Amino acid sequence: MTQPLIDLSITEKRFAEKTVIADVAFQVVQGEVVSLVGPSGCGKSTLLRIIAGLDSDYDGQASVLGHAPRLHLDEVGLVFQEPRLLPWLTVAQNVGFELGAKGARHPRVAELLAEVGLADHANAYPKQLSGGQAQRAAIARGLFSRPRLLLLDEPFSAVDAFTRMRLQDLLKAIAARHDATVLLVTHDVGEAVYLSDRVIVLASGPGRLRGQVRVDIPHPRDRRDPALALLEGQALSLLEGVAVEQSAA
Amino acid sequence: MTEVVSSHPVAAEQRRARAPSDTGPRASGRLADVAARGRGLIVPAVLLVIWEAVVRGGLVPANLLPPPSALVATVRELLADGELQGHMLVSSLRVLAGFSIGAALGVAAGAVVGLSAKAEALIGPTFQGLRAIPSLAWVPLLLLWLGIDETPKIVLIAIGAFFPVYAGLVSGIHNVDRKLVELGQVYGLKGGVLIRRIFLPAALPSLFVGLRTGLSLAWMFLVAAELIAATKGLGYLLSDGRETGRADEVIVAILALALLGKLSDSGLAWLERRLLRWRDVYKTIGA
Ligand SMILES: Nc1ncnc2c1ncn2[C@@H]1O[C@H](COP(=O)(O)OP(=O)(O)OP(=O)(O)O)[C@@H](O)[C@H]1O
Ligand SMILES: [Mg+2]
Repeated sequence: MTQPLIDLSITEKRFAEKTVIADVAFQVVQGEVVSLVGPSGCGKSTLLRIIAGLDSDYDGQASVLGHAPRLHLDEVGLVFQEPRLLPWLTVAQNVGFELGAKGARHPRVAELLAEVGLADHANAYPKQLSGGQAQRAAIARGLFSRPRLLLLDEPFSAVDAFTRMRLQDLLKAIAARHDATVLLVTHDVGEAVYLSDRVIVLASGPGRLRGQVRVDIPHPRDRRDPALALLEGQALSLLEGVAVEQSAA
Repeated sequence: MTEVVSSHPVAAEQRRARAPSDTGPRASGRLADVAARGRGLIVPAVLLVIWEAVVRGGLVPANLLPPPSALVATVRELLADGELQGHMLVSSLRVLAGFSIGAALGVAAGAVVGLSAKAEALIGPTFQGLRAIPSLAWVPLLLLWLGIDETPKIVLIAIGAFFPVYAGLVSGIHNVDRKLVELGQVYGLKGGVLIRRIFLPAALPSLFVGLRTGLSLAWMFLVAAELIAATKGLGYLLSDGRETGRADEVIVAILALALLGKLSDSGLAWLERRLLRWRDVYKTIGA
């Protein structure tokens, strides 16, 4: 049994006096694709930030790739909830940001831009991109260093249904090709079920683990597979349970 | 299939329909542009005509307010013996030297105070205090300390340029988006590299505001310095014109200062446009 890539056990996370995460513990093992779903404000982004080493002010234990979470592990790729492109760099320079000034000319930049459908925008500035284009550029940047662990925070929220399907399949292909481990935050339960081996459902007020759904369906999967729909239904009931509990509270 | 076939003539028709009007708005846009610029000249032109008429009509004495035609003659005369060029050159060099020194120190101090909370706590209040001194109050002290040759003039100009540049960079750095800094940190950037790759580019727009204010103050302080003690320069031309009762010389010096101030600011504005192409700002029409 290999050590899990992510081993998380947060007993409490507060902002000022407000507890936003009460009790969340889960593990992610090598090669797994895991989705986090839950109502807005339940702490999904906060969890991702903790795992990425951007926030170390919490009670509990966390280990990522065998260490306490820390910034800049070469093997971790992070895609924020908002694109966070640097406005003074072109799209290509943003994607190759890791390599500094020479990053834009790296062959991998052109390759990734083609993959996310931005080949024509390599020299555009972020202000010239639509929301979905900016998000795709941010995804390309997250994939640039071929990370072993990919952390994605609602990466497809601003793209149209068609592009979203393409990007989902791209993510799946890349994860499979590099044997990458993926932790994906999404509000789209169908997407979570289609892409993941496991869907972790969180409850809010404050964030807690609600339950999880295993998706033991081999890839390639068919989006119209009734088995997927069934599992999606299960995840949705878990989520709804959250809603019921919330209104009772 | 049928869609493709039927869309063809429509598209062609649209192209045809658009073709003439396509060049239309653009061409008339250029015309409108020229016209808009021309409109800015109407008021000065009318004023010049009134000015000339008023002086010629004897409503105002010509020795106090020389008419535009007399100014043209004065400019010719001053240009012919190279005097005007000499004054302009000397003044420009003083501003260049003073502004460069003041701006460089302003950038250095602004970077230190902006980036380090310790430095800010230590020297921020001092700079705020010094900044509260109206800069011309330095003049007597500078004259006492540094004599009356070039040094006090350049120091005074540098003081004028320093504070806006310093304040612009500090506020630029303080307003850098935390999220972009975080992004840099995720990529392992620290210290000098984080500053160079995130803080400085992000603070650049605000630095440019400071630089342009600093430059206009540099010209102002140049005039102050040259009015007080100088044997060359446009400020000298101003005080010389006053002492010899030549209003035309004074007005020509003022015009030359306006010209140089505008030219140098345009240079900075050009650099700003080039370096800040990426900026997503609201543009007023024709700006
Ligand atoms: N920097 C902060 N300061 C104070 N409160 C914060 C901060 N960041 C997040 N919060 C609070 O923590 C809670 C969880 O926020 P988080 O961004 O993790 O939610 P989320 O699950 O990602 O929501 P969404 O689906 O809307 O993105 C929210 O109630 C939010 O108000
Ligand atoms: Mg979020």
